[in-house]
Amino acid sequence: MRTIFDYQKSSGTGGILPKLDVPKCGTTDLLPRELIRRSEPRIPNLSEPEVVRHYTALSKLNYGVDDGFYPLGSCTMKYNPKVNEDVAGLPGFSSVHPATDPELAQGSLSVVYEMSRLLAGIAGMADVTLQPAAGAHGEVTGMFLIKRYFEARGETQRTRILLPDSAHGTNPASAATAGFSVTEIRSGADGLVDLNALSGELDDTVAGMMLTVPNTLGIFEENIVKITAMVHAAGGLCYFDGANLNAFLGHARPGDMGADVFHFNLHKTMSSPHGGGGPGSGPVAVSEVLVPFLPVPRVKLDGEHYVLDWEEPQSIGSMQSFYGNFGVFLKAYAYILTLGDEGLHEAGENAVLNANYLQERLKKTYKLPYDRLCKHEFVLTGKGVAEGISTLDIAKRLIDYGFHPPTIYFPLIVHEALMIEPTETESKETLDRFTEALEKIASEAREDPQLLHDAPHTAPTRRLDQTRAARYPIMTYPFGE
Amino acid sequence: MRYIPNTDPDRKAMLDAIGRSSMEELFSDIPQVVKDRFQPLGLLPKSEMEVRTELGSLAQKNDAAEATSFLGGGIYDHYIPSVVQHITARSEFYTAYTPYQPEIAQGTLTAMFEFQTLLCELTGMEIANSSMYDGATALAEAAMMAARVSGKKKIAVSHALFAHYRRVLNTYCWASGIEILEIPTIDGRCDLSGVPSGVGGVIVQSPNAFGVIEDLTGVKESIGDALLIVAVNPVSLAILTPPGELEADIVTGEGQPFGLSASFGGPLLGLFATRKAYLRQMPGRLVGQTVDAAGAIGYTMVAQTREQHIRRQKATSNICTNAQLCALTATVYMASLGGDGLRELAMLNLEKAHYLEQQLSKLPGCSLAYGAPFFNEFVLRVPVDPQQVRDSLREEGILTDDPAHLEVLGVTGALRFAVTERRSKEELDRTVDLVGGML
Repeated sequence: MRTIFDYQKSSGTGGILPKLDVPKCGTTDLLPRELIRRSEPRIPNLSEPEVVRHYTALSKLNYGVDDGFYPLGSCTMKYNPKVNEDVAGLPGFSSVHPATDPELAQGSLSVVYEMSRLLAGIAGMADVTLQPAAGAHGEVTGMFLIKRYFEARGETQRTRILLPDSAHGTNPASAATAGFSVTEIRSGADGLVDLNALSGELDDTVAGMMLTVPNTLGIFEENIVKITAMVHAAGGLCYFDGANLNAFLGHARPGDMGADVFHFNLHKTMSSPHGGGGPGSGPVAVSEVLVPFLPVPRVKLDGEHYVLDWEEPQSIGSMQSFYGNFGVFLKAYAYILTLGDEGLHEAGENAVLNANYLQERLKKTYKLPYDRLCKHEFVLTGKGVAEGISTLDIAKRLIDYGFHPPTIYFPLIVHEALMIEPTETESKETLDRFTEALEKIASEAREDPQLLHDAPHTAPTRRLDQTRAARYPIMTYPFGE
Repeated sequence: MRYIPNTDPDRKAMLDAIGRSSMEELFSDIPQVVKDRFQPLGLLPKSEMEVRTELGSLAQKNDAAEATSFLGGGIYDHYIPSVVQHITARSEFYTAYTPYQPEIAQGTLTAMFEFQTLLCELTGMEIANSSMYDGATALAEAAMMAARVSGKKKIAVSHALFAHYRRVLNTYCWASGIEILEIPTIDGRCDLSGVPSGVGGVIVQSPNAFGVIEDLTGVKESIGDALLIVAVNPVSLAILTPPGELEADIVTGEGQPFGLSASFGGPLLGLFATRKAYLRQMPGRLVGQTVDAAGAIGYTMVAQTREQHIRRQKATSNICTNAQLCALTATVYMASLGGDGLRELAMLNLEKAHYLEQQLSKLPGCSLAYGAPFFNEFVLRVPVDPQQVRDSLREEGILTDDPAHLEVLGVTGALRFAVTERRSKEELDRTVDLVGGML
C-alpha cells in the first residue's frame, strides 16, 4: 500500500489557512533559540486532489457495515443510522468547547442529563456516568467504584475479583488495573457458571464478581438471580459487562437481576459506529450504594437549569478529560429517541431471532458445542470440518464470498471458535446466503483444502505475514531505507 | 422499525425453522422474576424528521456556538479543512471495526501506520501507538507504564498541569497505588532542580497550564533513572524542539487540535509515543509493516501479545477500543496541511497570541503573568476581578476561560487567553478595547 510518504513530489499546499493579519515577528523574535526546532519533520506537502485520491483509495481497501454482513461475535456490528451522524455534526453541538460556561451550553448539558436518565432506565439502575470513553474504560471505572466503596467501608481486605473463564479479556485486565487480583471460575458442562465452584470461592476477600450476561457463548445465565444473591450475601458487589445487552434489550434490565455496576457499549448496542476501532462510549450505570462514588463533574438539574456539580466528596475523581465522548453518545441518544420502547424491544427480539435461526442452520455443517437456545450470538467450532483445516482458514475464505469473518478463537473455552453475532439489522436473505457460503466452504475444505489455506483470493491483499511483522517490527515509515 | 429488514412472514418462517411458536419463547431462559420487574422508559418512537427537529432545537440552545472564543486549556478552536470531514465521513472508514482481519482493513491500517509515523516525526520519538481515549488518559497510562518499567510506585508531577489532566491522573494513580509528588513552579515554569529521588517517572507539560514552554534541556540527566514524560500540544511541535531530542522517554498529548471539533470535550484523541526499547511495555494498539503471501507490502496489528485479549490480567493496559476515527481525522488533517502548512499554522498561533498579549499588556495595570516564553496561550494579570472581566466579555459574545481554573493552581487575579488562527486582528483589537473599557 502506498503511504503519503511515498509521494515523490512535494507540491505546494498552502491556501487553507488565512494570511497573517497582525504585525509579523518570526520565531526568533518571540522564542529563544534553544526552544526552536532545528530539523523539519518529514511531512510531505501534497495538493488537495492528491490527498483526496489517496484517502479515497485507502477507504476502498476497507470493509465496513455499509459494505456487507459483519457478524463479529460480541461486537454487535449493527447498521449505523445516517441521521445520527448528521445530528452529531450540527455545529451547535460540535463547536461547543468543554470549558464553556454552563449557561451557554444548556443544549449539550441537557443531552448529558437526559441521556443519563434514559440509560439508567434501560439498565433499571439508580444513576449513570457518561464519562467512560469505551467498554473497557467503563469496566475500569466500575472497578474503581467498587474499590472506593470498600475503602469507604473499611473493607480493604476485599482484593479479589471473581470472573468466569468465558469472560472477555478486558475484564481481567480492568480488574488488574484497579489493583485487584483475579480468580477464574470454571464453567460447567452447560456453559454456565458452576455454582459449586462459585460458592467455594466466596469469602470476605472477594470484592466482587464480573459477569457477562448473556455470557460469551451467547447463553443467558439462568441462575443469574441466584448468583448475584450469593455474591451479595458474601458482601461482594456484582459487575455486569454490557457488551451483550442487545440480547435482552427491551426485555429485561440488569438492575432487576442484581447488578451493582453495568457498563454500556453504546458503539455496540446503541448503533454508534465503531470508526475502525473507536471512538466508543462506555457509560456506567450503578445501583444506589455506588452513587456517591461516581466520577465528577456530575450534570444535575437545578430548577430549569442544568449545572455541573463538582462537590462529591466521596467521588473517585475523573475518568476522562470532561463529560465523556459527547459526540458519540449524542448519536446513541438520537437512536434511542428514534426507537422508543417499542423499537428497543423489537431490536432485542429480532437480534435473538436472527441468531437462533442462523445457529439452527449452521449447526448442521459445523459443530455447535453448546446446543441450546441462544441469545444474540452463538459459538461454533471450526474443528472437525476437515483434516488440517483451521478456523483461520475458514474465516479467510469467507472474505472471498464477500462476508466479514466472525470473531475467531474467542471465547477461549471453545477450541477453534467461530463466534457469530448477526444483529437485528440483517435480513433472512443475508443469513441464508451466509449459511450457503459456510456450507460451500465446508465442502471446499474436504475437496480442495489448499484453496482455504491460500485464502483470501479476492481481497485487496493476500494473507499477511503476521510472524514477520512480529519478528521484524517496522512501526514507522522507513525513510530512505 | 426501519432499521430491521425482516418482515412478519420472514419472522414466521424463521420461527418455524427453529421450532418455536412465538417470539416470547426465545426469552424463556430469562427468569420470570426478572421479566416481571421490567419497566419500559415510557418513550414513544419518533420519525427521523422529529428527531432532527428536536435535536436541532437543542443544538440551538447552545448560545456558545456563535461566540468569539479564547477558550483553550487543551482544547482549541482551530479551522478544520473541508477535506477532513469528507474523508472521515466515508463509511468504509467509520463503519468498520478494529482491523482484526487485515486483508480487508488495509485502509484503516495504512492510515494508522501513517499516523504513527507523523506522530514520531513531530515528537522526535521512535514509536507511537495508534491512539488512546484522550490526552488525560494517555498521561495516566504513561504514569502507570513508568511505574511498571521502573518498578517504583512513585512519580513526580509538574504543578503546572492542566486541571483535567491532573484529575484523571489522580484517579488512576490512586487506584493503582502510585504516589504523586508535586514539582513546584517558579515564574510559571517547573523547578526541575529539586525533583525528589526514588521516583519512577517525571511528568512535565509543555506548553504548560500557564501556556509557558518548559525548558527541558538537561532535565533527563538530572532525574537519574526516572522516565521523562512530556505532555505536549502537538501543534506547537511544528516549530518547537521535539521532546525526543531532549531525551524524553514518553510523549503524550491531546490530538484534538488536528482537525477534531471541540464537541463538548469528546471524542478526543490521546497521543502516546515512546522509545523502541519500551515496545513491549507500552499500552495501546500498534500497526506494523509486513508483506502478504505474494510479497506485496501490507500492514497489520503487531505486538498483540501485550494486549488484553491475549494476556488478560497481565496485559500492559486494559484498553481495547481507542480513538481510531479521531486518529484518521488527525492524519488527514496533517496530510492536508502538509509540513509547510503545519509550520504556518504554528506560526499563526504563536504570532497572533503574542499580538494579543502585547496589546493587552499595554492596558493600565495589565501584564503578562510570567516572563518565560509561551506558544498560543498566556496568563494575563488584571487589576480588577477577573471573573467580572470574563462576565463582561461574555455579554459581548467573547468567551474566556473561568479564572477558577487558574485559582486551583494558586494563581489569582488573572485570566488565560488562547489564540488560534481563527481569531482575526479585528476580533483581537475589539477584545483589547473592551478589556480597556473595564479598567
